[in-house]
Amino acid sequence: MDFKLSKTHLLQQELYRKFAEEEIKPLARDMDENEAYDMELLEKMKKLGFFGIPYSRTYGGEGGDNLSYVLCMEEVSKQDASTGITISVHTSLCCSCINDFGTEEQKQKYLRPLVDGSKIGCFGLTEPNAGSDAAGQQTKAYKDGDEYVINGSKIFTTNSGFADTFVVFALTDPAAGTRGISAFIVEKGMPGLSVNANIPRMGIRAASNCVVNYDNVRVPAENLLGKEGSGFKIAMKALDGGRIGIGAQAVGIAQGALNEAVKYVKERKQFGKPIAAFQNTQFKLAEMQTKIDAARLLVWRAAVAKDNKENYSVYAAMCKLMASEVANEVTRECVQLLGGYGYSREYPIERMMRDAKITEIYEGTSEVMKMVISGSMKLK
Amino acid sequence: MKIAVCIKQVPDTTEVRLDPKTNTLIRDGVPSIINPDDKSGIESALKIKEENPEATVTVVCMGPPQADVALREALAMGCDDAILISGREFGGSDTYATATIIASGLKKVGFDLIITGRQAIDGDTAQVGPQIAEQMKIPQISYAEELKVEGDSVIVKRQFEDCYHIVKAKMPCLVTALSELAKPRYMTVRGIIDAYEKNITVLGFDDLKDMLNPEWIGLNGSPTNVVQSFTKQAKAKGTKLTGLTDDEAVEAIVAKLDELHLI
Repeated sequence: MDFKLSKTHLLQQELYRKFAEEEIKPLARDMDENEAYDMELLEKMKKLGFFGIPYSRTYGGEGGDNLSYVLCMEEVSKQDASTGITISVHTSLCCSCINDFGTEEQKQKYLRPLVDGSKIGCFGLTEPNAGSDAAGQQTKAYKDGDEYVINGSKIFTTNSGFADTFVVFALTDPAAGTRGISAFIVEKGMPGLSVNANIPRMGIRAASNCVVNYDNVRVPAENLLGKEGSGFKIAMKALDGGRIGIGAQAVGIAQGALNEAVKYVKERKQFGKPIAAFQNTQFKLAEMQTKIDAARLLVWRAAVAKDNKENYSVYAAMCKLMASEVANEVTRECVQLLGGYGYSREYPIERMMRDAKITEIYEGTSEVMKMVISGSMKLK
Repeated sequence: MKIAVCIKQVPDTTEVRLDPKTNTLIRDGVPSIINPDDKSGIESALKIKEENPEATVTVVCMGPPQADVALREALAMGCDDAILISGREFGGSDTYATATIIASGLKKVGFDLIITGRQAIDGDTAQVGPQIAEQMKIPQISYAEELKVEGDSVIVKRQFEDCYHIVKAKMPCLVTALSELAKPRYMTVRGIIDAYEKNITVLGFDDLKDMLNPEWIGLNGSPTNVVQSFTKQAKAKGTKLTGLTDDEAVEAIVAKLDELHLI
């Protein structure tokens, strides 16, 4: 067993780190305050290949792997968690559905522009009444000639404000339960598709996250992803992979906050010495760095298992459960180390604390992660 | 058009510490980077390539095997191929011997345009670029702030103390780049993955010995000897003025400069 990153991974990490420090960090605070993502920044990342890392060159991707992708997720999220989720929803949720279940034609037409950095994708599963219970879908689709007609609305669809390609789930056979859900590829501009304003949120405020309405949206029958009724399976598989990215995002948020705190405690003087000289500070930082490293190793294990085509779903759930809890604990403790300044919006740590919370909620709550993990333990 | 960009791998720090016993740089724990002026040289070469699709850009580095990562970074930015000039025989070379070795490597391959950085942030001599040109007996233009290719010539805006020189030189020639010449692009994800698929040509002493006299290289071939290096001690603590408004700060600074007869 070797815990070292390869040379290719190290050089990629350097790229992601340098880009995040030079390009993302200076914008993060304003993007959070303005609740809007900087489109120029998005374009820069598309050009460098951040939106197609683990996908094959055959379809225009970068030809990297999932370990490369989680390195990117950690580095960008160290500076700005909103950037992390923007890349993650596109990569692990939208693109993976088409990559894993799309036909050759669908891959050429839809996957290629998504992974070559031309277009942005989103993923519409969650509904006002279907969150953790994703099977409770109310959006419906019926076949009409050589088209499907989709009706319903989705909530919290990340990237939807500027996405070009929507992977959306709808009931094609309401009587069949989870086996009655199908997945469709919908394009921006199709009549009946509308995206509401950004939903005001506690954290990841720069990300686009909206209600998306499907009002008699007609899509060609060839935009059905997989078979009719296989939508639930497609969504669950995408979310399994997505959790690795969220784990990496959480590790990034935690490490980003810790790095800021380390900088601060060396400068801040109280009682005549830097607060870094106090054992309380040293021990707290030591505990936090240890927990972050543990979470990072779980994320890497899940990513490498996925790269090796092993069953990674439990590893993914574990890494997300652990990393998201660590991110919340670490950001909260870092605010405490900075005291009043930590609470101030002049410093980035309060933003990181607000951003951390969502990692325990989206792409499966911590409770759902525990269902997945305990489900593998042969308890019943 | 064949373009070579010479780069040096340097420690990423402005606080260079010296080993008091050996008078050499302590490199442990200091990350290595491509020298900033050299990186600007890479960028300007890549821009020329964008405008002249037939052009190729070869990045050249003399250094230990660990310099491999600097060459991979240059490949990941978009350079076509890379040459590492490396060998025990080259150790201890001063700028003159270094230029002799690099010039032999460049002559062996043959290039139309050679771009080097103005100077490296570790040695700060600004000698190797011009010395390479002298060894190769080709024209050189130093301190380039703008560079364009026109036919078989280059036209360079050369920074001077209080003016610019616009200088034209026929290729083959050598240009030394200022950091202002071009803001280096980022590597790309794809470029990094491809960079590690490429072969780096390694030129050792045996590859260059028909052009190199052993007396010209290493310590023997180095006319410069460092007699002593030391870290300069600060004479006194600076003065810190706090709590002033902008106007008061300006007045205080001017008064101080006046007091010291500096203005």
